[in-house]
Amino acid sequence: MSKFKYTEQNEKEFQRIAAKYPKIDAMMLPALWLVQEQEGWVSPDAMVFVADKLGKTPIEVYEFATFYTMFNLKPIGTYHIELCKTLSCMIMGAPELKKFIKDTLGIAPGETSADGKFHFSEVECQGACGGAPMIALNYKYHENLTVDKLKKIIEECK
Amino acid sequence: MAVELVKIVSKNFDIPDSHKLEVALKHGRYKSIDKLFTMKPEEVTEEVCKSGLRGKGGGGAACGPKWKLMPPVDDRPRYLICNGDESEPGTFKDRQIFQYDPHLLIEGIICSSYAISAHEAYIYIRGEYKWFIDRLNKAIDEAYEAGIIGEKIMNKYDYPLNITVHRGGGAYICGEKSALIESIEGKRGHPRLKPHGKECEWFYGMPATVNNVETIASVPNIVLNGYESYTKYGTKRAPGTMLFAMSGPVKNPGVYEMAYGNKMIDVINEIGGGMQDGLKLKAVIPGGASCPVLTAQEVEKAHLDYESMWDIGSTLGTGGMMIIPEGISMVDVAKNLIEFYHHESCGQCTPCREGTGWIDKIIKKILDGEGSAADLKTIEDVCETMNGKTVCVFAPAVKDIIKSIVQKYRHEFEAHFNN
Repeated sequence: MSKFKYTEQNEKEFQRIAAKYPKIDAMMLPALWLVQEQEGWVSPDAMVFVADKLGKTPIEVYEFATFYTMFNLKPIGTYHIELCKTLSCMIMGAPELKKFIKDTLGIAPGETSADGKFHFSEVECQGACGGAPMIALNYKYHENLTVDKLKKIIEECK
Repeated sequence: MAVELVKIVSKNFDIPDSHKLEVALKHGRYKSIDKLFTMKPEEVTEEVCKSGLRGKGGGGAACGPKWKLMPPVDDRPRYLICNGDESEPGTFKDRQIFQYDPHLLIEGIICSSYAISAHEAYIYIRGEYKWFIDRLNKAIDEAYEAGIIGEKIMNKYDYPLNITVHRGGGAYICGEKSALIESIEGKRGHPRLKPHGKECEWFYGMPATVNNVETIASVPNIVLNGYESYTKYGTKRAPGTMLFAMSGPVKNPGVYEMAYGNKMIDVINEIGGGMQDGLKLKAVIPGGASCPVLTAQEVEKAHLDYESMWDIGSTLGTGGMMIIPEGISMVDVAKNLIEFYHHESCGQCTPCREGTGWIDKIIKKILDGEGSAADLKTIEDVCETMNGKTVCVFAPAVKDIIKSIVQKYRHEFEAHFNN
């Protein structure tokens, strides 16, 4: 048995979404999203919870969750900075933004700042090529960035 | 010839608050529905066949004939699945529909579901598009509340239809239609083996059709105004319009709806505003990263339709042009893209899982100044080993782009050799 539980509201949301699918298996992605929205990450304990709910084994949920890169498998900071590194962003200046984040926050891709506030990931194409370079800050897109604009965004988080 | 913008799918994009139902209704949304229900489902399919509408997700397969692959109606449930995964680098068109005209997509889903007699529709959208998913979900909620979808269509047509958005988890391969279905079914996004002949897709063993978001959004106009309103644009074999995108250092990057067949260089110069000051065009990757690169000379000859692009050895793909200026090393471009493919290979087939990583290592070695001519030969050999020997077209796409860069810009790789 897992210690993790959905909040009452998320439990309702789970039931509401589950009614839209012919089989409970389809709830794998939605169920994990609800976990991550609630906790900020997907713990092994929560995977056991999801497995129980969907009639799966914990390893099946683990196999699934590790395939999809957006699920955080350990706790991350309050602010998740995702910097796109794919071609158009590379051409338009993503490397400078990466250097700026390293210089100001002291974190390289995959690292969390010492105060636990910022987590930095370098990610593949986010579908914002026309507004390159870009970051997603807690899934919100900030496009047409310059070092100055990024500086402001980070300062507002501090 | 001057390039003209066309407004079919993008008609309402510039209208303030066009994503709200009230505004959308004032600007013609859901107008096709009354006409739709005067037609039989097979008549809708026939109209779409005549329009020559082709899939906008990259493959360019004809939409109407794809619908005809659905088996005759029986007591099994049938599904329409809308592909909004949009993870191809350089592609950012479907998000414009989610953001500016979500009701056009809902209208398109009503028309398309009716044509294939489906009563459940799922829209699979990449997880990164959280903001766009929320926007679309609001529009869907509005449509349910207004009685546009649900038990009946537009409160009067006895055709139950449910629409559900399914949020992806950050896997490029889930844009491949069978991997997408696997993903909704609660499995890893591993593409399925393709059947010997042509048939529909299967969602939990039930008949399903997968169409790109932009394709579905093109349907209401065809239903309302007839196929001629679509075929009057474009070329004979690629009729109609497409949302073309430009990214990179042009003056006006963005998404523009145009007929097929325009000259690529005119589009870059007239619509894109040309290169930013002081920059010169070096190369274009024409339709998402998976299309062979075009040199500046080839760009002069290129026309934006499927057949013309095949003629010059590339493909149109999603129509998302990535523009590369002089001064950017093509070895860096190759490294950037192979990192993408290495990261995104689903790992199911050995040639792709190992090949992408192998090429990544070799290009790194070349960049570190430790490469030789034998390494370029190895890259080409690995490309050939990947091509056509895997379950899906991911590996052939890697071969297309990497091999084209190595062949067309060989001297740039050789400049890194130390002997």
